[in-house]
Amino acid sequence: MRLSQKHLTLIVLAVLVALAPAFFPSNFYYRIGALIFVNGLAVTGLVVLIGFAGQISLGHAGFAGIGAYACALAPGYLGLHPGLAMLLGAVLSGGVAWLIGRPILRLKGYYLAVATLGFGILVSMVLANEAKITGGPDGREVAELGLRSALASIGIGLSNAQFWYAATGLSMLAGAWIALNLHDSPSGRALRALHDSEVAARTVGVDVARLKLSAFVISAVYASLSGSLLALMNRFITPDVAGFLHSIELVTMTVFGGVGSVPGAILGAATLTLLPQALTVLQQYENLILGLIMMLVMIFMREGLLPSIMRRLKGKG
Amino acid sequence: MPELLQYLLSGVTVGAVYALVALGFTLIYNASDVVNFAQGEFVMLGGMITFFAWQAGIPLPLAALLAILAAATIGVLLNKLAIEPARGAPVASLIIITIGASIFLRGSAQLVFDKQLHRFPSFSGDDPLRVFGATMLPQGLWVIAGAVAVFLVLWLFFARTLTGKAVLATANNRIAASLVGINPNHMMTLSFAVSAAIGALAGVLVTPITLTSYDLGVAMALKGFAAAMLGGMGVPAGALVGGLLLGLIEALTAGYVSSVYKDAVAFILILVILFARPQGLFGRKAMDRV
Amino acid sequence: MKFGVIGGALALTLGLAGPALADIKIGASVSETGPASSLGDPEAKTLKLLVDEINAAGGVLGQKIKLFLYDDGGDPNKARTFATRLVEDDEVVAIVGGSTTGTTMSIVSVVENAKIPFISLAGAIEIIDPVKPFVFKTPHTDRMACRKIFEDMKAKGFSKIALISGSDGFGASMRKQCLQVIGEFGITVLAEETYGPNDADMTPQLTNIRSKAEVQAILNPGFGQGPAIVTRNYGQLGIKTPLYQSHGVASKSFIDLAGPASEGVRLPGTAVLVANLLPANDPQKAVVSAYTSAYQAKFNQPASTFGGYAHDGLRLLVDAIKRAGKAEPKAIRDALEGTKGFVGVTGTFNMAGGDHLGLDLTAFRMLEIKGGNWALVQ
Repeated sequence: MRLSQKHLTLIVLAVLVALAPAFFPSNFYYRIGALIFVNGLAVTGLVVLIGFAGQISLGHAGFAGIGAYACALAPGYLGLHPGLAMLLGAVLSGGVAWLIGRPILRLKGYYLAVATLGFGILVSMVLANEAKITGGPDGREVAELGLRSALASIGIGLSNAQFWYAATGLSMLAGAWIALNLHDSPSGRALRALHDSEVAARTVGVDVARLKLSAFVISAVYASLSGSLLALMNRFITPDVAGFLHSIELVTMTVFGGVGSVPGAILGAATLTLLPQALTVLQQYENLILGLIMMLVMIFMREGLLPSIMRRLKGKG
Repeated sequence: MPELLQYLLSGVTVGAVYALVALGFTLIYNASDVVNFAQGEFVMLGGMITFFAWQAGIPLPLAALLAILAAATIGVLLNKLAIEPARGAPVASLIIITIGASIFLRGSAQLVFDKQLHRFPSFSGDDPLRVFGATMLPQGLWVIAGAVAVFLVLWLFFARTLTGKAVLATANNRIAASLVGINPNHMMTLSFAVSAAIGALAGVLVTPITLTSYDLGVAMALKGFAAAMLGGMGVPAGALVGGLLLGLIEALTAGYVSSVYKDAVAFILILVILFARPQGLFGRKAMDRV
Repeated sequence: MKFGVIGGALALTLGLAGPALADIKIGASVSETGPASSLGDPEAKTLKLLVDEINAAGGVLGQKIKLFLYDDGGDPNKARTFATRLVEDDEVVAIVGGSTTGTTMSIVSVVENAKIPFISLAGAIEIIDPVKPFVFKTPHTDRMACRKIFEDMKAKGFSKIALISGSDGFGASMRKQCLQVIGEFGITVLAEETYGPNDADMTPQLTNIRSKAEVQAILNPGFGQGPAIVTRNYGQLGIKTPLYQSHGVASKSFIDLAGPASEGVRLPGTAVLVANLLPANDPQKAVVSAYTSAYQAKFNQPASTFGGYAHDGLRLLVDAIKRAGKAEPKAIRDALEGTKGFVGVTGTFNMAGGDHLGLDLTAFRMLEIKGGNWALVQ
């Protein structure tokens, strides 16, 4: 039996997630791994939006903020279990994306960028200013998910770091699996046709508006779940999660790794999560070198890390 | 009544700051379709280089000139070393290059200069001008004059000069442009030099009002970008009007509604305006590619 | 200079000749860059300065201090990652840092789980109230700054004030804490305005405040460029109502940035701002003068209140390690809690089981800007 590209990708990702801990010198690396997976989940959603549908967003951190604060607020105010709060956040984000997506997605290119940017800023402003509910810029604590103790009671004892490594890793793999299936589905093909030429897609009978909207809603749910996971893992959240800089960071990771490719974007998330940790040895040269590396990669690997590497490998082989 | 006038004067001053930054985006965008996310860093460099040159004993006007020339040089280097080698790359990749450049320039500024806040004296003193009970700083007039002057120069450049038309032609169709004898690389270099110089000029003019520091660029670029999009990216009149409008909305909201949500009101109005006019107030309607 | 070289060479030889002792590893995560860099930058500089100083003088318990310093950029998520790194990977015995309340709170659960003592450099009272076994802090709470200001207002007979605060973490946190205690002083807030951390002009907000004729004083909780621009605009509008700034206005550079309008502005400051004004018999005189002159000499900038918090954090830690007799987290924690009469640049610390700050209102001095310089209000 010949493995499809999709299955091969998923197997490689799963093996990497499963085997990496064997090389961890300390518990700290579980934390880094979990951060990579949280970011990886969010950028997978952006691959659907930017890579498949060709629509930009500079406001997806806004959805991460909705997801994160759903987990921070719903347990206290509504008495919801944090796990359900995560679902509530996803539904809320999807709903908001569906509502604002209709008018916003009529905009194109940079105009879409500024509209989504405005949305993200609105969310982070509400989170920062409604201090009575959200705790304001200083942030607030998040309830314990409780899954780790439940696992312990059935005999699976994990340290906090290990638990979150596993939980976020599995979430990312599930997210990647869904996105890759979408890629190969009829809707996915229509989406990519849309990316290539909206006019051409429309003339062959593709419902352009509906497709764009579904890509927007899907990516919003991904961002929301990533925000929820971050909040539950850190047990503390501030409005920074919804901030403009976080939105830019997510888009940068996606494009850096390869915007049209799920494993590419995840590689981008991994690289840009690890780099700042590796660059701390440079102390005050840290930002300068980070900027330099970003420029060099984009100049010499213009389609992003993974697609460029794959092309080079194929070219030689 | 003096309140309204005060809000308006404040709005126009702040709006002129945004307009100056927004105008800086115009040229590079028109030449390459790229929104240069490092534009805010040129504003920062304008203020910081002027301050440190002035502190070293160079007279202020000369220090400002030096800063503008230095920024233009850095703009040219950015184009030659980072944008030109990446020619043909997707627009998204080019944008990430400018984001990388922004991080790089900020990281360099924190090393070369420092992380303190700085200010140099206003050009015409700090005694406020009084108009019917409201006040305005003379430096505000300098900023407004600067924004209007840059707008006029850019407008004349694109509407009346061959070079200006050549820049627009380069963006529209690179191959066709070179066929009629335009050197696209020269046009790009020119655009980066002038955009950087406009950004630095903005930094020089606004520093006595806003103060400057190594990390001022992000906030400046954010508001300038929003203003440019509101007016219509690539159109000098759009940048000017968009900037002034944004400043006025903020000031009037802070005055009459709530200072907590003044930025929010500004962004909601941007959204509403874009829904009504998806290409911004003055923007040209984009052609769909087939 | 020559003595320095000889001393250095001597220390080197002794270090090489002496028994090979492990370094004492101390961690720090501060916001050197990002929106809170006006807090974190002087903190990072101070930590480096002091560690060099302490090591040059022979270290602690005969061991050198090894500082692991990270820049969290003001991002709480990064701060938590660095705290994890300090605890798990660098295996430090104590952590100093957390420039903002947000970064501090995200470090807290890491150190509480790992049982590593942590000295925070942020203002909010929530950090130490309720008391957490391993968490301490050196800055007085924002609430104390509010009390100091309100005491002064009350003494001057002001009972109706206006508030204009920054919407960043510092401004929002201090605003909240001021509103919690303002009732105790019989003062009411007639007008409330805010501004964003990057705003260029606050005249609309100040115009609204000016139009309320009954306002007797204006209070501006904030840090960074905001207070300087507020003060400039206050001068531009010709407002005569007395202006109070907060301890977020932390160094001499404020007076230059705010210009002549800063004349007469009052604020609660620490001794760091007024080293040369302290009377010779002031208990803080020696330690403050030593710190401010060393900082000025090394970085060619005036020392700031925030750098002072880091100074006290590290000195408290070193003092605790000395008294504990060993660099072991639990012992350091116990010694920290037993700190009595420790004179820092921020104030004199007297910690206890129920008080992990150990400062009282006397740590603050009411300052007024007179003739372009600080003056102590008697």
